[in-house]
Amino acid sequence: MIWETNIQTSTSSKSLLHVLSNSKVVKDNLVLVLAGQWIYAVSSIDGVISWGKEFTLDGLEIKQVVQSPENDIVYVVGIAGSSKLAVYQLNAKTGEIVKDAQESLPDGLCGEILLGSSNVLVALDETRSALFIVEFKGESISYNKVQISEFVQDFSGTVKLLPLMSNGIIALQSSSTVSLLKLKGMDGLEVIHSFDQPASVSDALTITEKYEAFAVVQHVGSQIEFIVKVTSDLTNEIIREKVDIDQHRGSVHKVFLNNYVRTDKSHGFRALVVMEDHSILLIQQGAVVWSREDGLASIVDVMASELPVEKDGVSVADVEHNLFEWLKGHVLKLKGTLMLASVDELAAIQALRVRSSEKNKMTRDHNGFRKLLIVLTKAGKVVALHTGDGRIIWSNLLPSLRASKSGEMPSALRIYQWQVPHHRVMRENPSILVVGRSGASSVAPGVLCVLDSYSGEELNSRSFDHSVAQIIPLTLKDSSEQRLHLIVDSNSNAHLYPRSLDALNSFISEMSNQYFYSVDIQKNAIRGYSLQKSCDFNSDDTYCFSTKLLWSIIFPSDAERISVSEARKMNEVVHTQAKIIADQDVMYKYLSKNLIFVATVSPNAAGEIGSAAPEEASLVAYLIDAVSGRILHRVTHHGAQGPVHAVVSENWVVYHYFNLRAHRFEIAVIEIYDQSRADNKDVLKLILGKHNLSAPMTSYSRPEVMVKSQSYFFTHSVKAMAVTQTAKGITSKQLLIGTIGDQVLALDKRFLDPRRSLNPTQQEKEEGIIPLTDSLPIIPQSYVTHTLQVEALRGIVSIPAKLESTTLVFTYGVDLFYTRLAPSRTYDSLTDEFSYALLLITIVALVAALFVTWIWSEKKELRDKWR
Amino acid sequence: MAARRRSLLMLLPLLLSHFLSLAAAFQSDELLLHDDDEFEGTRVSSTPSPRPPSTPPVVSSRRRSADATQAAGASESNTAQFTLEHDLGAGLGFAPAGSFSARLKSSAHGSQTLTKLRFTRNELTEDEKNAFKKLLEEDSFYTIRLPSNVLDPTRNDYIYSSIKARCIPRDSLDEHIVIHMDGVNILAVNYGSVGGCQYPRPMKVPSKWTFNSYTILKTADQAPRTPSFVEQLIETESGLGEVMKPPEKSFWAKYWMYIIPLGLIVMNAVTAAANIPEEQAGGQGQAPAQRAPIAAPRRR
Repeated sequence: MIWETNIQTSTSSKSLLHVLSNSKVVKDNLVLVLAGQWIYAVSSIDGVISWGKEFTLDGLEIKQVVQSPENDIVYVVGIAGSSKLAVYQLNAKTGEIVKDAQESLPDGLCGEILLGSSNVLVALDETRSALFIVEFKGESISYNKVQISEFVQDFSGTVKLLPLMSNGIIALQSSSTVSLLKLKGMDGLEVIHSFDQPASVSDALTITEKYEAFAVVQHVGSQIEFIVKVTSDLTNEIIREKVDIDQHRGSVHKVFLNNYVRTDKSHGFRALVVMEDHSILLIQQGAVVWSREDGLASIVDVMASELPVEKDGVSVADVEHNLFEWLKGHVLKLKGTLMLASVDELAAIQALRVRSSEKNKMTRDHNGFRKLLIVLTKAGKVVALHTGDGRIIWSNLLPSLRASKSGEMPSALRIYQWQVPHHRVMRENPSILVVGRSGASSVAPGVLCVLDSYSGEELNSRSFDHSVAQIIPLTLKDSSEQRLHLIVDSNSNAHLYPRSLDALNSFISEMSNQYFYSVDIQKNAIRGYSLQKSCDFNSDDTYCFSTKLLWSIIFPSDAERISVSEARKMNEVVHTQAKIIADQDVMYKYLSKNLIFVATVSPNAAGEIGSAAPEEASLVAYLIDAVSGRILHRVTHHGAQGPVHAVVSENWVVYHYFNLRAHRFEIAVIEIYDQSRADNKDVLKLILGKHNLSAPMTSYSRPEVMVKSQSYFFTHSVKAMAVTQTAKGITSKQLLIGTIGDQVLALDKRFLDPRRSLNPTQQEKEEGIIPLTDSLPIIPQSYVTHTLQVEALRGIVSIPAKLESTTLVFTYGVDLFYTRLAPSRTYDSLTDEFSYALLLITIVALVAALFVTWIWSEKKELRDKWR
Repeated sequence: MAARRRSLLMLLPLLLSHFLSLAAAFQSDELLLHDDDEFEGTRVSSTPSPRPPSTPPVVSSRRRSADATQAAGASESNTAQFTLEHDLGAGLGFAPAGSFSARLKSSAHGSQTLTKLRFTRNELTEDEKNAFKKLLEEDSFYTIRLPSNVLDPTRNDYIYSSIKARCIPRDSLDEHIVIHMDGVNILAVNYGSVGGCQYPRPMKVPSKWTFNSYTILKTADQAPRTPSFVEQLIETESGLGEVMKPPEKSFWAKYWMYIIPLGLIVMNAVTAAANIPEEQAGGQGQAPAQRAPIAAPRRR
């Protein structure tokens, strides 16, 4: 990096950059930064702000900067309010206003404004059905209003101006077409070309002076057509190529043009095409040169799925098909060993080795290390990645989550396990459920898709007539092993899926035990509900249930704002209910699936660190039972502020915040123990049966809990936090902390034990209690990501492997990172270095020795008998 | 003399008020750990209540007059009242069921807290009894609500809490109310039975239709101090702490490994000492007789 300049802008308006073009490269060019009412000129050589100017007009937002070809005059165009257009002439060297002009336009503007030619602006009006053509000359502004319907046939939907052209060419995008228009002075516009949607137009690219090219990409059947034109002569086409692309990439979203000089010295063009699934293709000479799945940079949700079970029989066709490949592979390997292979062949051998290696197989392994990571991206694409090498097994751009003609962008929400076949439906493939919304707003009706998790085919999809506010996967299953899901809409009605009578029956028998809660950040409240039969509005719909408000907690909005709420993972397994402490005493963990952790911060400490004084900042941590709404524990941290990150597991909560008094980050831990079971220590009572160990946990009775807590300083700011999950929950836990440096740190939970004391007794040391320190140690070796960085880290997921000691960790952000972790070492498997030969030799030697000694003893016995 | 006494009498309330205000200021600085216990009327039975619950102001005035000595100190504190409403199902909606009265205590920082909470339950009407019976039969929820702000009931925010109706009846109706406060705001109310409530549960109609109410007021605990502060504290005490430690071990714990062998040796010695005289006394005659049979086979 050469320089970086921070520019303070008061308003949160959109900022623009404009580089003043200058034919001489050596000269110091100014970069104009536009933000709200401010304009800054930054030197491109060293980043020094050479001048800054604030315009005094109220509500002004700068939209455009126009550079006049001669002398150092810059025109700055802004909109004040909704209808006032202001043009300022500035001296580019000093930033002084030379002249200014303002004009009110009759109907108001929607804010989209662009430059038609050197002194003509084109602006879209408020209704998006007419264009203003504005000419500015010195101090005078004159305008003309043109209805779009006058020159574009059958235009419909929302209209957008595409910022691109010069030479009086404008691109206008409506929902059905993309039109290229030519400015005819002040009188109006003329359609030169129009392309059916989906199509995309690139910015104009200056090749030589007065020679600008642009690209258009449109769909023709299963192919895309890539057209390059010159702005000065629109009828002519430089390039028209057809390119085959994968169908699962959807339609073209954007295109960026780039030119190069061909071997015959003529101009060649290549284009970078962004597809609907956010993948990137480079097109050149009628072919896709390379492609990247950049949709994986915006993962919304992750789920792990098992791979298919290895089948015993392999069909003959497979073998025959593979025979040639097999031969070829062996020839290659032979070449490799004889040092005859070329570089390409060596690479091929390497690839073969990787492909045939154990970890990349497409079948389930004994330890459960090989899995499919099924991720849902923001573009509505579901991608399955192999844990072995991260390759894409299948991908599916869900049709129900694709943008509709009306321009509504559906949003993908969550991904769930839908069906995990067991005994009865073993033959079927497992399937997954994807839930989304058909629009961006939270009241938009939802959509549901069921996909085969081995092939990615869409098995079933339906759109709801209700919205999706919350999705609750239940533990119940119907007869075909489909997991039951409750979808709560914005009117607090719950809808049951799958819609089968079987599912309904099994749900109704369990309905009285179903509760759920919702966290309303807007209203600063948490509410708990139970379910009741039949909906309020539609009593015919037997799959719809109304809800009854059972409890509510309302935080006083002048003192507390909800910052974070966390619950235990549904699939978490806990091995031991009790914890044996040093003096042979037993503490029973308070293990409730309904435990939720909520942290609130004082409203003036909700901003950035340093925005509030320690006296006025506080953080309150709550432990709440989600069924009864009981506050089990409530603790205030004075002088603490967010952002808060928390993780809940077993009977403990760990949360991270900033301590303003100590000027450091802190991680606090709360462990919660059940006191009502504490009497069970008496052996006599156990013998006489006077214990309550077998009594079921109920949320109706008042729990007697004991809480232990402690807080420690921590060096890093945290982006994400998770905890390792193992198959049986025996292995000790590690916290996975995504640090600000985009790395993942594995921190033993032992460091976050509230019972750590300064001088642990001998017994406590034996138990594994670490002496108390005021900050948590960061051991460089405990970085899970080693030296790698997971750019823009957003989430960490831990998936249990079948092997108890091991857990699979998947981290996502812009980059993806996957590794295997063993928090307590791999105590249940032999290491790779283990010498099986030695073991075998030892056994053989022992057997031999046994045999020999047996013969000896027989002989001796015989000799003794003869004596 | 009389004048002096009068002036003294006049001084007394002044001093009292001084002392009390000082005490109040002192209290506000204290850790609020023991505030849990600061509730009154753990058992407020509503039936024998001499005053009709519809006139709560009487209660407060009575209390003030009763605590006449505190009257001077309580000049800045007020009483606050808020009603508890309940829903007995059957579409009846919420109806007043009782009222809380508490004393408002203003601290030096200007924040207000509630203390000395009292609760009076309204008597159940015949209709309400029937509705409650129906709740029991249906095994559904009994819901209560409280205003979210004690001082400003016009804000239409309510805090709800529910319990299965079958959890409440014992001999009478027993309820346990925990109110979580933050200043004058009620964050949450936890309503429940007094003991445990295992489900599924048979229906039980109470013999007495009176409520036995237990109320607790809870405020937030402060987080334990950060380790560095603790360390500083302990460092100052560490000199004492380490010296203090050895005496904690009892004499027996320290020297058992010497005492037990010693004890064994002593016991051995004692038994040996007891045996020797015996052998000397009675053994002289028998010893040759015993030896003889052993010696005889050898010779053979």
